[in-house]
Amino acid sequence: MKKTKWQIFINGVFKENPVLILLLGCCSVLAISVTVKGALGMGVALTFVLVGSNIVISLLRKVIPDKVRIPCFIVVIATFVTLVEMVVEAFLPDLYDALGIFLALIVVNCIVLGRAEMFASKNGVVDSLLDGLGMGCGYTLVIVGIAVVRELLGYGTLFGVRIIPEGYQIGIITQTPGGFMMFGFAMALLIYCLGKKGKKFDPRIGCDGKCGNCAMGCENAITDIVPEAKKTEEAAK
Amino acid sequence: MSDGAKLLLIAFSMIFTENYVLVQFIAICPFLGVSKNFDSCIGMSGAVIFVMTLASAVTWTIYNFLLEPFGLTYLQTIVFILVIAALVQFVEIVLKKYIKPLYKALGIYLPLITTNCAVLAVTILNIDESYNFIESCVDGATAGIGFGLALILFCGVRKALERAKPPKCFEGLPITLVAAALTSMTFMGFAGIADNLFH
Repeated sequence: MKKTKWQIFINGVFKENPVLILLLGCCSVLAISVTVKGALGMGVALTFVLVGSNIVISLLRKVIPDKVRIPCFIVVIATFVTLVEMVVEAFLPDLYDALGIFLALIVVNCIVLGRAEMFASKNGVVDSLLDGLGMGCGYTLVIVGIAVVRELLGYGTLFGVRIIPEGYQIGIITQTPGGFMMFGFAMALLIYCLGKKGKKFDPRIGCDGKCGNCAMGCENAITDIVPEAKKTEEAAK
Repeated sequence: MSDGAKLLLIAFSMIFTENYVLVQFIAICPFLGVSKNFDSCIGMSGAVIFVMTLASAVTWTIYNFLLEPFGLTYLQTIVFILVIAALVQFVEIVLKKYIKPLYKALGIYLPLITTNCAVLAVTILNIDESYNFIESCVDGATAGIGFGLALILFCGVRKALERAKPPKCFEGLPITLVAAALTSMTFMGFAGIADNLFH
């Protein structure tokens, strides 16, 4: 069954949410979700790169030879990231400082490369554009959602406006442990909600285990590359 | 500060106070993906240390002798990621041909490293901090060691976690993330040590 345009878009936002369901691009979600402003900026930057690279890769999908496709994708993605970096540095210096290294790290963000590999290299331009937009919105939704909770509890503010009076903040929420913990809680909440609806949480919907280039290094990928590892694993069981 | 002390300071902060995984949130994906199994932890850390040291050396050279003199520094991101991708491929081929035992130990982890954000991050941060050549190499190697330390520590935590019975909705990844939070809390204890130790 062919998906309608709306289904392609909404797929990235909820059903295959890149962060909570596909577990891609966790680094920037954890690091940037301290303030809502930064999170929103990161979401927009990533969405732009995602849409841009999806369009270009989908246009070039018949030209790029299969064997060197990953380096080609990386060049396209890196170009868009450089573009975003320059624009943000020139016009939004505050945001540039807040995002720091994670702006450049969009290049190796698994969401962008993953969508290029799984969607844009197989589908038409309009569909790829919508997929990029949907995935970007899904990412933004999660990162802003976590940032709202972290900024409110950690700093007592929202968009820099004070809501909880000074002296009632939980400082650790804004630091590294808080990031891990909030992400864990967000995921637990999702599993709880899915469980209420009688659905099962399947965190690897979007990964067919053949992603030899994904840094996740999940057991799917490793056992796929080396059959021996699979055998020893089975023996251990 | 003497050169030796500066190198020690870089090493100490990269391994403990500014650990990439547990303090700076870089390379979370492999941290969560590989830490299930002790052997793959060792293999992955070895490959990361190796590639990060090499990548630091190569990108420093390219930046300071090619990009900087010709005013091409805006190409930094594109050039670095391509250099890393090519380097990883090259290392894989060389190891396969000449150093078989090392290839057996690290080989399967090498393709996973191209998109490991820690490698790109260390090369960019080296330039941002304007380290010299030796400092860049030490920074790369010790950042890799810090990554390995976090991975191996967390592998132990996960082993203990397997016997725990969390609430149903926390099973699997959520409780792993909460455990990672507690592990990273221990590393907060190092904060401030580096400044007082080396001054």
